[in-house]
Amino acid sequence: MSKTERPVRTERILRRAAKEIQSGMIVNLGIGLPTLLPDYLPENFAGLIHSENGVLGCGSVAKRGQARPSLIDSAGHYISLKPGSSCFDSAVSFAMIRRGRIDLCLLGAFEVDTCGNLANWKIPGKLSPGIGGAMELAQKAKRLIVLSTHTDKNGRPKILEHCRLPLTAPACVNRIITDEAVIDVTPEGLLVQEIADNISTQDLQNHTEAKLIFPENSLRKF
Amino acid sequence: MNKQRELSETIALIPSGATIMVGGFGSPGTPFTLLDELLRQGQDRLTLIKNDANEPGYGIAKLLEADRVDTLIASHIGLNRDAVQRLNSGKLKVEFHPQGILAEKIRAAGAGIFGFLSDIGIETEITDPSQIIEWQVDKSGAKRKLKVETALHADFALIHAARADHFGNLLYTDSAINFNPLMAMAAENVFAETFDLQPPGTFPPEHIHTSCAFVSAVIAVDRKRALHSEYELMEHYVED
Repeated sequence: MSKTERPVRTERILRRAAKEIQSGMIVNLGIGLPTLLPDYLPENFAGLIHSENGVLGCGSVAKRGQARPSLIDSAGHYISLKPGSSCFDSAVSFAMIRRGRIDLCLLGAFEVDTCGNLANWKIPGKLSPGIGGAMELAQKAKRLIVLSTHTDKNGRPKILEHCRLPLTAPACVNRIITDEAVIDVTPEGLLVQEIADNISTQDLQNHTEAKLIFPENSLRKF
Repeated sequence: MNKQRELSETIALIPSGATIMVGGFGSPGTPFTLLDELLRQGQDRLTLIKNDANEPGYGIAKLLEADRVDTLIASHIGLNRDAVQRLNSGKLKVEFHPQGILAEKIRAAGAGIFGFLSDIGIETEITDPSQIIEWQVDKSGAKRKLKVETALHADFALIHAARADHFGNLLYTDSAINFNPLMAMAAENVFAETFDLQPPGTFPPEHIHTSCAFVSAVIAVDRKRALHSEYELMEHYVED
């Protein structure tokens, strides 16, 4: 899917999410929405993208003529390597993750809740393709941001009081970025930091099962 | 010390019912030639250990489609709808592990240890209470709840190396490293295929990824085979 064909909701999430990635960071991008983020990063982005199949320093997608059969990212796309990149085996790749060397991980979600619990690997009876790297990334990345549409295909909330699906990891999410809001998981609950410029606080709460906390001063729009 | 062997007689050493590790994350690093020979020879009731199930029509997917596999031990099979269907219909038993835990269980077997302690997935449905122990792991004196992960062994490992020498020293490339060097240490019998088989001494010793001590046989694959085959770019991922 090329950038111009992306739905408006997706565009808004990705444009906002790109701002979370700072120069110098080691970042892992989960399969799904996060995989599309490199399109939104500055050309001279001075950080390293980690792919759990054993690459640190992933470059842009390699087009025909440049692509090599031996070089993919964890989503299966042919990639290029940036200067300073390294390739390693799967045990080293996950040592990097469990050892806390991933500064930021962005993952998709089926459900996320008030406590920062995340469910994104299994829908019993419907979808069970396996765990992949999700549990280790969710549990061990220094900072975890969930990228998701605010509601599912049928308009049902994905931000819940308590996750109902099997968890990927408990209390792991730091921030949730949706097409409607930027929300931080805090000890007090879900604190809205920013709101989309086309929605009211009342609508936002109506689209969210969990009780949201709104700051006393005015909300930043995005 | 020359471990170069012929393809069919090497794969013929694998009996039906064997447990086989297969290198590769998706296509890169998958030993397609060794797998095709296994398909041709007809061994069945296999247990395969691979990160994923390849994609329909590729690698181990062909063994699954031919009903040769009873059990698959993997981390994610989402790119193979046929494998997911086999799992859902009960035709295929799949044992899932978090990807890095799968890698580490294989690494443990290769390092001659019996297992390790981890906190991954400890508060999720993949952990059975019987797997949890309380152990003092630092100087604080406090005990932590940790999960016992046991080493994962296999009878055979099928490996794809970018380059090799006749002794069985192996080198990998790009993201085709993945599980290959781990599996090459973990199995009893290790068969490696390569397009580039060279005399010993060709590669700088410090560049060798897998020492020949672990490798049973090397199979030279004709480079021409790499053209118009599973080793080529997968068209549905190529952007123009």
